[in-house]
Amino acid sequence: MTTILLALSTGAITAIIAVSVLALFTIVGIATFNALVTLRNQMKNAWSQIDVQLKRRHDLIPNLVETVKGYASHEKETLDRVISARSRAVSASGIEQQTRAESELSGALGRLMLVVEQYPDLKANQNFLALQEELTSTENRIGFSRQHYNDSVMGYNTKRESFPANVIAGMFQFKEGTFFEIEDAAERATPKVKF
Amino acid sequence: MWEAIRDNHRRSWLLVSVMFGILAVLGFALGGAFAGDDGVWWGVVGATVLWAILLVLALAGGDDLILMTSGAREVAREDAPQLWNVVEEMSIASGLGGKMPRVFIVEDTMPNAFAVGRRREHAAVAVTSGLLARLDRDELQGVVAHEIGHIVNRDVSFMVMCSVMLGSIVILSEILLRVIVYGGGRRRGSSKGGGHPAVLIGGLVLAALAPILAQAIYFACSRRREYLADASAARFTRYPQGLASALEKISAQHASSREPSRALAPLYIVNPLRGMKAASLFATHPPIEKRVAILRRMAGAGYKDYDVAYRGVVGGKERMIGARTLARQGESVGVREPTATPDAAKDPIGRAHDAAEIVGRLAGLVTMHCACGVWIKVPQGSKRALVPCPRCGRDNVVPGVARPAETSPASVPAGAEHGPLQYQRRTNGWESFRCDCGRTVQLSPGLATSRVRCRGCGREIALVASA
Repeated sequence: MTTILLALSTGAITAIIAVSVLALFTIVGIATFNALVTLRNQMKNAWSQIDVQLKRRHDLIPNLVETVKGYASHEKETLDRVISARSRAVSASGIEQQTRAESELSGALGRLMLVVEQYPDLKANQNFLALQEELTSTENRIGFSRQHYNDSVMGYNTKRESFPANVIAGMFQFKEGTFFEIEDAAERATPKVKF
Repeated sequence: MWEAIRDNHRRSWLLVSVMFGILAVLGFALGGAFAGDDGVWWGVVGATVLWAILLVLALAGGDDLILMTSGAREVAREDAPQLWNVVEEMSIASGLGGKMPRVFIVEDTMPNAFAVGRRREHAAVAVTSGLLARLDRDELQGVVAHEIGHIVNRDVSFMVMCSVMLGSIVILSEILLRVIVYGGGRRRGSSKGGGHPAVLIGGLVLAALAPILAQAIYFACSRRREYLADASAARFTRYPQGLASALEKISAQHASSREPSRALAPLYIVNPLRGMKAASLFATHPPIEKRVAILRRMAGAGYKDYDVAYRGVVGGKERMIGARTLARQGESVGVREPTATPDAAKDPIGRAHDAAEIVGRLAGLVTMHCACGVWIKVPQGSKRALVPCPRCGRDNVVPGVARPAETSPASVPAGAEHGPLQYQRRTNGWESFRCDCGRTVQLSPGLATSRVRCRGCGREIALVASA
């Protein structure tokens, strides 16, 4: 080995070193790029997961309203509010409009559940209990999908800002991810439903 | 996510490398014992080959075997909606997303849960019926999150690899022991190291100590993965108190109907084997009191909070969570509110009944509630339309079976000629009314059919639901 090295001219040695360093940079660069792409895709997947769960909630509501109507037909106002909030949420377009409509829907559902408190027959109905479980689960799922989205954003942003990924990110225009925040104060103020 | 898993593994890999080192040393010694100085490196190669073969066999063994031997039954969403929903929620929170694990129930009064799955796409989560009967929604969520944490952290494949390592070490130690004790003079043509007493004694010590040391490392790995799964569960649910109270409830149980095999113990959330000292060096799970204490002590729900709590409880400076995971996902995250539960679901007897009903349905039994309160279980596919209650003698209608009275008019009793009576239910609870013949007919809240037969005159009464 030493004999080979000594036989090479300094120019050749420099060339070899330069090529190896370049190769190393390229490999690290590619690996980092792929990592950023993976994290970004994860973020996008998490975002679409939120939409899936929101849609699930939309599909659940008509059945819920019918069941409640059977027992609490006097509560027309609350039920109508739920129905109209739902149709607004289904037809909303654009992130801000959607977020606002979904918050309104959450608020309307919360009020409906408070009203249901006064109807013990309804609360004992098997059908309604099953629907309530589905509703609880769907609300949880929406919450968890938003949580997971925020976690993915965190992971992506952290990687994007660290070295050496920040170099690659700058070169290939990896934009910063935005957190999902519920800005509507009304949703935050919605009473936590207690049964 | 991949980085986080690799980082957490770094500390575990360190332990594993020590085990591999032991394996290599054993191979070295065996090679030397069999083939002299030239053979030592062949010995190392041979040890590695043995390990590789065992690993392939273990990995090919499969999850289905474990599920079958533990008596687990797969559930669909309709069978156990709450459990299914909880598993789906946790797979969303953990990032498994669309690739939800399969859900299984094991019929066992002892509450416990386990997860299998070498690859995240083919994972499965199993809970016992005893667990379903005892835990409320938040606690169930915590337990499921712990199991999914195992899946996401790839603990199953890790522990399989460790156990194969351990197995290989045990095998090689045995061989080395035999070679030293019985076959000392078998080598030829070697001048160095022959029957030299120091080498022999060294080999004996190695053969005796290696399995013990490897076992200690294996169990240390297992305990470490359990703590990490607890941390993951806290992070997914954002509610460490849920898992904490679940663990408390589980540890309070002592009765068990079936003790699973020792090999499966590390898979469970709580050590299912009785008679094992909780805090011994050879325990697969950390002591429950410590796990609960750490979870209850957490200020937030993130990995950093878990790490701080861990050091608070265990003392000392050892960090449980790897440094790079802390850098990536270590932010303090807030804890959420406990889930609101309907009053009906909080009742422990009701929960136990629900769990029993789920298990019964899985076993192919149809459950009916007699008006006197007795539950009657009938195998699915039975042709009998009416089943007399063992306590009060009432005929209960089996749902889904064609009633002979509707097909053969000859067997219709006298009272039915007047045509069916109509009765409108006032409530959904217990109700009784008087048939035309004077007999009181009682209706229970769980009555599924819309027609009942008066026991006195045999008249059919059609029930109309209360409006």
